[in-house]
Amino acid sequence: MNADPAAVREGTHFMNGDAAACEGALAAGARFAAGYPITPSTEIVERFASRVPEVGGLFIQMEDELAASIAIQGMVWAGAKSFTVTSGPGFSLMMEHIGYAAMTETPCVFMDVQRGGPSTGLPTLPAQGDMMQARFGSHGDYQVIALCPNSPQECFELSVKSFNLAERYRLPVMLMMDECVGHMTEKVVVPAAEKIYVEPRRRTAKAPGDYRAYECGPDLVPEMAHAGEGHHLYVTGLTHDKRGYPVMNPATQRELVTRLFDKIKLAKNDLLMVDEDQTEGADVVVVSFGITSRVAERAIQMARAKGMKVGRLRLICVWPFPEDKIAALASRIKAFVVPELNMGQVVLEVERTVAGRCRTISVPHPGGTVHKPEDILAAIERGAR
Amino acid sequence: MSDSDCNLCAIGPANPVESVLRLDRIPTIWCPGCGIGTSVNSFAFALMNSGLDLKKVVIVSGIGCSGRVSGYVDLDAFHTTHGRAIPFATGLKLANPELTVIVYSGDGDLTSIGGNHLIHAARRNVDIKVFCVNNMIYAMTGGQAAATTPGAALSTTTPYGCFEPDLNIPHLVDAAGACYVARWTTYHVKQLERSMGEALKKKGFSFIEILSPCPTYFQRKNNMGDGLAAMEDYKKRSKIRNGAPTGEIAIVPGGDIIVGKFVDRERLDYLALMRQQLGSHYHERGCQTC
Repeated sequence: MNADPAAVREGTHFMNGDAAACEGALAAGARFAAGYPITPSTEIVERFASRVPEVGGLFIQMEDELAASIAIQGMVWAGAKSFTVTSGPGFSLMMEHIGYAAMTETPCVFMDVQRGGPSTGLPTLPAQGDMMQARFGSHGDYQVIALCPNSPQECFELSVKSFNLAERYRLPVMLMMDECVGHMTEKVVVPAAEKIYVEPRRRTAKAPGDYRAYECGPDLVPEMAHAGEGHHLYVTGLTHDKRGYPVMNPATQRELVTRLFDKIKLAKNDLLMVDEDQTEGADVVVVSFGITSRVAERAIQMARAKGMKVGRLRLICVWPFPEDKIAALASRIKAFVVPELNMGQVVLEVERTVAGRCRTISVPHPGGTVHKPEDILAAIERGAR
Repeated sequence: MSDSDCNLCAIGPANPVESVLRLDRIPTIWCPGCGIGTSVNSFAFALMNSGLDLKKVVIVSGIGCSGRVSGYVDLDAFHTTHGRAIPFATGLKLANPELTVIVYSGDGDLTSIGGNHLIHAARRNVDIKVFCVNNMIYAMTGGQAAATTPGAALSTTTPYGCFEPDLNIPHLVDAAGACYVARWTTYHVKQLERSMGEALKKKGFSFIEILSPCPTYFQRKNNMGDGLAAMEDYKKRSKIRNGAPTGEIAIVPGGDIIVGKFVDRERLDYLALMRQQLGSHYHERGCQTC
């Protein structure tokens, strides 16, 4: 299915990442959103509140992030595509409902424009400190997808992709932006509606009575029905069986939680989204994501100018983590260099996956600004030795 | 009396409300003497007599004993997180205004952890119906004090008696702008059924407080007897005062329990206000890609 032309502002624009993420949501079919103001994410829903009446939807500003993060799920079960937007402190408050979305398999999108933390931290300055929280922040075991754009153009494209993946795999997708990418203004090309793929909801064709809400085929993703269609849905955050009914025993728990993991394992090729350059024959590969990848690019150029063999591996999809890709490179290179605007989060996954086959050099940064390319260059030089 | 004279026999052996229950989920988790099931009986009759297309009626619950109601009623049902039934219901209603959306949950869920949502849904006048079973205690977790625990009542977390003043819920939702506010006890099954029927038809945020005994925790801890004793207490202490100012109906231990319909006002609901404000900025289109 393609985007609705009424919602797509085709053309070449000069806009910031927040605005582009909003345009992506509209193109992807989001007609409802709920949110609570928080810097530096608010511009996304400000624009949505202005734009969405043109296509018959609405934005509701809720009383807090707890409300926003569950209101969007009510919207989804009513038949809409929906999302919310936040930053660190609000993201913390949304964790319970990210778990609810994972457990109930509610397709929805959480956009987190990351700022410095912990706590209130640096409201107007960048960080990438919510990466582990995006993966593990809610209690219990579950899987999510997290995408990291590094430009306003990618904010548009990955916003569309976030909605598509949420529908394809029926889980919450995190669009993990950062303050720099959100507030950076650049050229954004919005293609014609017929060039924008929009994933339709996996709605059941089964008649009421035949449909069981959590029964699924080989891809382990159940078909969806909406409230008001006569299916007598029962949706709960409790451990549930294929009908959706609560069942409190270890066997049902095992079957459900294992499936939530396995549906993402099965999708690992679809979810391998990396930007790779000159990793063949490289001594050092720089692994980065979001705004940091643009600073890292400068360091890579400086290292190459000095004659070093340096590859780039930019993670576009950070969760699920591209283990196979990292593992394959690990046995061919001397070192991974992992700069990120936090004290070392994604580097832990790199280290775990590398399992000693090469060195892993962390380039941490507490946030507030971006790295100095020289700091990343120094790490590359250490890795090349 | 012959068989044909017997009303019950004419109905047959089945319970008359079976058609709106999920029989495969019964027996319920509720204790003997608990009032939640009684309230569900009134609710079931209200649903059956409402004339609504039940395919378009949705029930949303939070967490707790009353939060389990959604699992026993044969409607589209959502058992959400603790305190968040109202914002979930808000999303449902706004994205599909054809649905009649009912929130059925407990006092702890709706007024304490979810208190902020209760206030703001009433203020916004989202067209949802909130049925709040108030048993004055956190029962699911074993009898802890709630924001509704009155007087010096004993609970597991107020072993020397509760000293926090309790919340007058109808007063709160009235002040926040609810269109319909009533209170009944589980002794008032017919009045409750009628009131629920009115709320189902009422446009705008509607709220019914249902006082209900908890023999296992609240009654037992406070030497108040069993479920039947609670009925006798409700019968003795309840006074029907329709239209009573909600500021005057706080529950006082041993005092009168004021029940009735307190508020029935007309206000434009959220979506009507939105349409009015947006005027020609709003373009009816619906989602072409959902």
